[in-house]
Amino acid sequence: MTMDVTLNVKRYNPDAAKPASYNQEYRIDLEDGSSLLDGLIKVREEMDGTLALRCSCRSAICGSCAMRVNGRAVLACNTKMKDVMPKDGSPVKVEPAGNMGVVKDLIVNFDVFWGKIKAVKPWLQPEGPVPQGEYLAPNEAMLHLAGVMGCIMCGACVSDCTVLEVDKNFLGPAALAKAYRFVGDPRDAHEKDRLKDLTKYGGMWDCTRCMQCVQVCPKGVDPMGRIMKMRDKALAAGYNNTYGARHALAFTDLVRHGGHLDELRLPIKTFGIFNVKEMLKLAPIGMRSQMVGKVPPLFPKPIPGIQNVRRIFEKVEAKR
Amino acid sequence: MKYAFYPGCVARGAAPELFASTIEVARRLGIELDYEPMRGASCTGAGVLQEKNQRLGDTLNARTFAMAEKAGLPLMVICSTCQGVMSQASKRFKDDPAYLAEINKDLAEEGLQYKGTVEPKHLLWAIIEDIGIDKLKAQVVKPLKGMKLAPFYGCYIVRPSAALGFAEHPEREDSLEQVIKAVGAEVVDFRGKTLCCGFPILTINQNNALKMVANHTLEAKGNGADAMVTPCPLCHLNLDGYQPAAAGLRKQPIDMPIIHLPQMLGMAMGIEPKALKLNKHLVSTKKLLSDLVLAP
Repeated sequence: MTMDVTLNVKRYNPDAAKPASYNQEYRIDLEDGSSLLDGLIKVREEMDGTLALRCSCRSAICGSCAMRVNGRAVLACNTKMKDVMPKDGSPVKVEPAGNMGVVKDLIVNFDVFWGKIKAVKPWLQPEGPVPQGEYLAPNEAMLHLAGVMGCIMCGACVSDCTVLEVDKNFLGPAALAKAYRFVGDPRDAHEKDRLKDLTKYGGMWDCTRCMQCVQVCPKGVDPMGRIMKMRDKALAAGYNNTYGARHALAFTDLVRHGGHLDELRLPIKTFGIFNVKEMLKLAPIGMRSQMVGKVPPLFPKPIPGIQNVRRIFEKVEAKR
Repeated sequence: MKYAFYPGCVARGAAPELFASTIEVARRLGIELDYEPMRGASCTGAGVLQEKNQRLGDTLNARTFAMAEKAGLPLMVICSTCQGVMSQASKRFKDDPAYLAEINKDLAEEGLQYKGTVEPKHLLWAIIEDIGIDKLKAQVVKPLKGMKLAPFYGCYIVRPSAALGFAEHPEREDSLEQVIKAVGAEVVDFRGKTLCCGFPILTINQNNALKMVANHTLEAKGNGADAMVTPCPLCHLNLDGYQPAAAGLRKQPIDMPIIHLPQMLGMAMGIEPKALKLNKHLVSTKKLLSDLVLAP
């Protein structure tokens, strides 16, 4: 069986007299089980040899063919065309990956991507005498890293990262997941230095926990999950004087105290009441909220049975 | 239909209008909200507690689930973030019964045990799955005809879809659009509808959070929206409360009212704006309401 597919491809030719992106539609006949990549290759081979795209293994191993389909990053090779064809019959929208500059059509520039990967020192930094053979680690100590080592560097997570969209300084999900791979490696001797570096601006605390990277990663790397684990490790290592760390600690304290979130005290505790600059920044919203009568309770009562919540805090925290 | 009602912290704190409008709307939809079993329930952790200690967050959520289970009631939430955090915990319990058994040991002292039967459900999903869009339509006495509304989901009610049951419930993917249409308004589609509002980094990197607010509100405005509607009170707090600052950042007015899901439903049900506390917004809803009154 074949199916009739219309692709709407966002194109860009840097060699044009006035380079600008534009959309082009291609109508093709495809076998039912075809992938999106099959469709694009068919267009390139049979209809329009000028269409540029990157691909190699066609088996979700090489990580070459990440692009956006209907607004979401995917690997073209492991995306079935049928799954992305809109029910209303409208064309399948194909665009280059986001957050990276376009070189031509669906090919993006990975320089920034690799720069961020390099910035987290993605190599083992052991200390002590060099062993005769390999640097060995017990199996069980590496299990939690198996998933993150499955990263194929396709850039899908970077493409759809909502923080990178507003701040190019952010290390981003791929580099931070890679950082976790070494922070969590028992053979690495620089866990603390790494964590310290990663708590700076652009590092682990700048992630907004939107889970785009978790959703679009084709290999189940769970970058955001790794970032959360690094936050936990950074706090445990005592790197707790950033706003991110202070926010997590303040939040935890307030829930332990009252069982619920105390929205009034959370920013004050995070910034510190004597932090004049930040307190002044809070003033306008505080006043506007007051004017519309939208102020959280000044002295919220703890929830009934709060002692049970506090006991859980003690018990579970003690298990760490 | 009766639910154990978990309003979450924000609806009882900085967004009281969400609580009030939910109560009004639920009554008309025949939804009985029982707060009693949830009286001692704690915060879900909102993803923040989880970044410090995931197991701690999971234990607190198992405790809440056990309370609803004990009451024999399904669990309703009215916050995308509560929904997501609870769904993620629930998935971990389902995937790993040994983990849940360990967690139950910490609940035993309080006489609680979670058997794993609770499926937390947002009002938005409950309307579609339990109440029925037709029942909602039957309650619409003042269709929001001509009103252009941009849906804004909030991350936690759309991602990760594997934890949110999207495979079994494909209707959840465009649930907000469905209810917007059901009340007679026009859906304004825009790219930002499932992106992050920036709330979680407000105290960490405010500049980035403000850029997100500006991007989404201006995109919705550019596409012709009269207002944005959200099932997430945290998105509301950021998109509404920090909109003046975001407008300052972009040096252009935005004036995009951010209404809560039940406020939109209530407007279409002919409930008084005051009862829906539409006056409790930082970005005024006056123009929106007067347009509605003047609508033919």
